[in-house]
Amino acid sequence: MPATAVQRAAGEDPATGPAGAPGAAVEARELRREFGQEWVLRDVSFVLEAGHTLVVLGPNGAGKSTLLRMLATLLRPSAGELRVLGAELPRHAWQARGRIGYLGHDALLYRDLTLAESLAFHARLHGVEGAAARIGELLDAVGLTRRRDQLVRTLSAGQLQRAAVCRCVLHHPALLLLDEPGSHLDPAALETVEPLIGRRPGVTRVIVTHDFEGGLAGADRALALRAEGSVAYEGPAGGLAPGDARSIYAGRSGR
Amino acid sequence: MPSRQDSLLSRLSLEMPSLRTTAIATVIVLCGAFALAFFYAPNDADQGFVQKIFYLHVPIAICALAGFIVAAIHAIRHLRTGDPVHDMRAYVSIHMGVIFGTGALLTGAIWARAAWGKWWVWEEPTLVSFLIVYLLYATYYPLRYAIEDRERQARYASVFAITAGAFVPLNFMAVRLAESLVHPRVFATSEGGLPGEMLFTFLVALAGMALLFVTLSRFELAAKATRGQISRLRRALDSEAPSAPTSRIAPSTPADTGRAG
Amino acid sequence: MIAFRAILAKDLRVELRTLQSLPAMALFAVTTFVIFRFGLDRTSLEGSLAAGVLLVTVLFAALLAINRLFVAERDEGGFDAMRLAPIDLSALFAAKVVALFVYLLVLEAVALPVFAAFFLDSGAGLPPLAAVLALVNVGLAATGAVVSTVGAHSRARDLLTPLVLLPLLVPLMIAAGAAAEPLLAAGGPEYDEVWKWIGTLALYDLTFLLVGYAVYDFLLED
Repeated sequence: MPATAVQRAAGEDPATGPAGAPGAAVEARELRREFGQEWVLRDVSFVLEAGHTLVVLGPNGAGKSTLLRMLATLLRPSAGELRVLGAELPRHAWQARGRIGYLGHDALLYRDLTLAESLAFHARLHGVEGAAARIGELLDAVGLTRRRDQLVRTLSAGQLQRAAVCRCVLHHPALLLLDEPGSHLDPAALETVEPLIGRRPGVTRVIVTHDFEGGLAGADRALALRAEGSVAYEGPAGGLAPGDARSIYAGRSGR
Repeated sequence: MPSRQDSLLSRLSLEMPSLRTTAIATVIVLCGAFALAFFYAPNDADQGFVQKIFYLHVPIAICALAGFIVAAIHAIRHLRTGDPVHDMRAYVSIHMGVIFGTGALLTGAIWARAAWGKWWVWEEPTLVSFLIVYLLYATYYPLRYAIEDRERQARYASVFAITAGAFVPLNFMAVRLAESLVHPRVFATSEGGLPGEMLFTFLVALAGMALLFVTLSRFELAAKATRGQISRLRRALDSEAPSAPTSRIAPSTPADTGRAG
Repeated sequence: MIAFRAILAKDLRVELRTLQSLPAMALFAVTTFVIFRFGLDRTSLEGSLAAGVLLVTVLFAALLAINRLFVAERDEGGFDAMRLAPIDLSALFAAKVVALFVYLLVLEAVALPVFAAFFLDSGAGLPPLAAVLALVNVGLAATGAVVSTVGAHSRARDLLTPLVLLPLLVPLMIAAGAAAEPLLAAGGPEYDEVWKWIGTLALYDLTFLLVGYAVYDFLLED
């Protein structure tokens, strides 16, 4: 496995098994990520306790989606340490997979399969038991039951987003990683997905959003990134006032 | 925090004093080889003077193939450790292999033309196998340039180098099997049955070509490492000053821009 | 195993539903035969010429399928879907190899009879030829799946995939041609040397299946 500039804190545990390290669901220490010749994330550090919600804010291009993909084990850190659900990334990523639900910019549903077939495929990959019932229950919750035999290609953006939410929570993940979950969703649709990806006991969430106030209201902790990928604020969600929005979203335009 | 690139340069810099030594050794051995080829080695009974291109053609070809195999080894180490030094070594090894390969094909064509009147002989299985291997490694460059992400590019290049390395023996075997059915070996001058003087000259020529390969490789490695360091310094100089903090939001530290590389 | 079956089933289902590769491959093959008829100015082929025309046509038809092998994964973030799931990524490799093998079988089920009708005087060599083609398919599938994955992550993927793939396939084509030639001889199939070439084909198949399996995880890392 690649050698990264890993700095071990004194008394750091080696990766534990699926039972997970006590307390923290996500631990990030001085995460950095390169793309091409540029640093996209610089020294991002935070700790997220199990069952809590972290909101990630920042202007476009700040590296929020990159950070989320790293938490999802899809990208490996260029430097720094990352531990998700007790598993040290990237070496032990396989321990955390299957307990993570990721909702990114792609729905990850196959356009030429029906909605039901696509969800069933994901259920099989994740080894979900009672898949048929679970799929039916989720489609019901978001109001897509009558479209279950429609090809994914024919769904509207809002329907696709709701379907992606179903895919994301299909396997009862312990950690939800949501990249702008409300995109393409009108208020009625938002209400239908809220019980699936909203606050729930035992589920840790990391949400990337441009909705400054709504995001902070629903979160325990906040992480604000600057345009160049460094941390502007990391702490309790209550510590950021609406007036800070301009400071975060201003600063350097573009890279 | 020391970056991987810094240690890369320092590791390669350590080799630079010896660059001069190997260069001098190369010149000496190659001159010696040419002298031996012209004045010491006897003329071939069948082909006459023309056969002497053998002392150029075969060592170049062997070095090219050896370069490809060495690249595969570097590539394995790169995948194992993720250290970009190994990727760079593999890149340079293949680069030299392709250059030497071009030389081998050209000298092979000249030899064929001088000895048999045709620019290319399909009947010679080694030459044909070599051509196929050459065509394969020539795709290494479009492959690298087509992948933008630097880490992924290095990883895929290593996978390619390993796959192609495994391919080389398979290829030679297949071509040899195919041709030996119909045509006898045309270049009968292989390792078996070379008289003493020819063998000695051949070995000196081989040593000279190997030294040339190593010298040129080191030269290119040093040049790449230096260029990389220059661009990194330039980036560090060009990065913008941090914006002033306006509120309780944590200010960016001066160290942030210092670590732009 | 479950992942392998799920991915293979998905691929076959999508192909059956959209028919994006198979009809194109079959049509391409038949049209190419017609072009060869006129390009070579021959209406009957035997031995090495017959083997060459058939194999080159199958090879380029296979390229059509290989180029499209990962189109869904690439366009719909499908690599993400596989990488997020708690599965062994070699299952993806295995599923794609088998899918490609199936497409090639279907292609040959159409192309072989047409080829025989167009060019061959007797169909006696067809059954052993089909067996040789089955081995060729495995080699095409294994190498094609690996190179297609590389191409899926690059720019100019439709150019890069054939460019890198074709030199790698030369030994396979050499062995296939040498095996097929005596089977298509004018006086009926001859079997003297065929086992040597079948052995070479099997060696090639095994090598690239192993290489593909070994490197596949590295290809999908990020």
